[in-house]
Amino acid sequence: MGEQELFAPLSLEVGAGEWTCLLGPSGVGKSTILRLIAGLEIGGSFSGTITAGDSGPVASRVTFMAQDDLLLPWLSVLQNVCLGGRLRGGKSDPARAMDLISEVGLAKQADQMPATLSGGERQRVALLRTIMEDRPVILLDEPFSALDAGTRAAMQELAAELFAGRTVLLVTHDPAEAARLANRLYILERSGLSTATPPESAPVRALNDPSTLVCQAHLLDILRQSAWRRPA
Amino acid sequence: MRRAGTALIVAATVVLVWQGLVWATGVPHFILPGPLRVAAAIGDNIDLLGEHALMTLIEIVVGLVLGTVLGAATAIHLCLSKAARTFILPVLVLSQAIPVFAIAPILTLWLGYGPEPKILMTVLIVYFPIASACFDGLQATPRGYLDLARSMGASRARIMLRVRIPASIPSFATGLRLAAVYAPIGAIVGEWVGSSQGLGYLMLLASGRAKIDLMFAALAVLAVMTVVLRMLVNLFCTHALARWLPNSDADRA
Repeated sequence: MGEQELFAPLSLEVGAGEWTCLLGPSGVGKSTILRLIAGLEIGGSFSGTITAGDSGPVASRVTFMAQDDLLLPWLSVLQNVCLGGRLRGGKSDPARAMDLISEVGLAKQADQMPATLSGGERQRVALLRTIMEDRPVILLDEPFSALDAGTRAAMQELAAELFAGRTVLLVTHDPAEAARLANRLYILERSGLSTATPPESAPVRALNDPSTLVCQAHLLDILRQSAWRRPA
Repeated sequence: MRRAGTALIVAATVVLVWQGLVWATGVPHFILPGPLRVAAAIGDNIDLLGEHALMTLIEIVVGLVLGTVLGAATAIHLCLSKAARTFILPVLVLSQAIPVFAIAPILTLWLGYGPEPKILMTVLIVYFPIASACFDGLQATPRGYLDLARSMGASRARIMLRVRIPASIPSFATGLRLAAVYAPIGAIVGEWVGSSQGLGYLMLLASGRAKIDLMFAALAVLAVMTVVLRMLVNLFCTHALARWLPNSDADRA
């Protein structure tokens, strides 16, 4: 069988209670790293270790959110937000879910089916489903990349607010998103993993913050160089 | 309502063409009776037809329900167990190499002339389309749903119950619609092979006595029963299962 190495040996550290951004072009294996951390199948073999600072279990303390909102079409908005409880057969907390739903302005849509919502609204519901899991570590796999620019900016701010105090690992191919949100920045290319310095101010940074824009341009530069170097 | 109107127009056209054909060709009524004759035969034999139709209807419905339940259960079992996929799935596919009609005489030999072999025939005919449609549906659960459920710590049983099965309902509905059309075939073939009751038996009997209009009357009753059954199954799919079907399915009545 044709075996292929997906990525060179790498080591990635994620700061507790911070946003770590993993930036890179499509197809370099960013999502695979998230799947490894979440303990999901990757269709290949992996050798290495994934550990938490307190050496506790990792996969069971992790929740993830993907570009596809993955709302179950046969459940209402409220039921989707409470999905974790339904799936574990334990108690879910509909009162808390309702509070969160009202907080993001979807109170009127709580009993509607996902098909009636817009893309931005669906992704807000997915965000709430993620926060309802109450896990300390949140993995985000390009959750906002399918949204229009305005909605995306609003979602970044909402996510930063909702996920405050949690450890977030965000995979993205958007330098602007990484520059806005990161406490810690990694760039994954075919050649390997490197670090970059995020702006000094605390995230979420304003869209027009000069140091954020400079960082964004710098990141884009790195990505473009790596694009040139990619074999044809 | 518009669909019902269209269906009526189509039915009326068929009847008109049929009557026109009888008039135009002058074919004798013991070869092809016109719709008026058949209607008259239905009127004259309404009790007889009703009694036999009831028997056939029971066979069809019991067979359809049993076959659907067994088929769906098999699909779930196949989806849950790798051993079942390895050993049962090939047997299932191979079993389709034997035409169900060919085993009808054997079923009659084993089970006698009552309704049982007809029900079993119907079950056999319904079982495969349901099992294969459900199995496909269960296997085609979007991977993202499964990843999400696993990362939430759901057990295999709960993933089956709350994610795979609901996600497979559209495939199940497709299988059920097919099965509803196949089911009467099983019952009728079973009756042809050997019975003392049912529309299939009545058709053979009428044919033997050269009562061609009664034969056609039984056929017409069977056709109506099949169409009504399919409509009811469709109603069930579009209403009871609406929550699980993609929206475009709602107007497929």
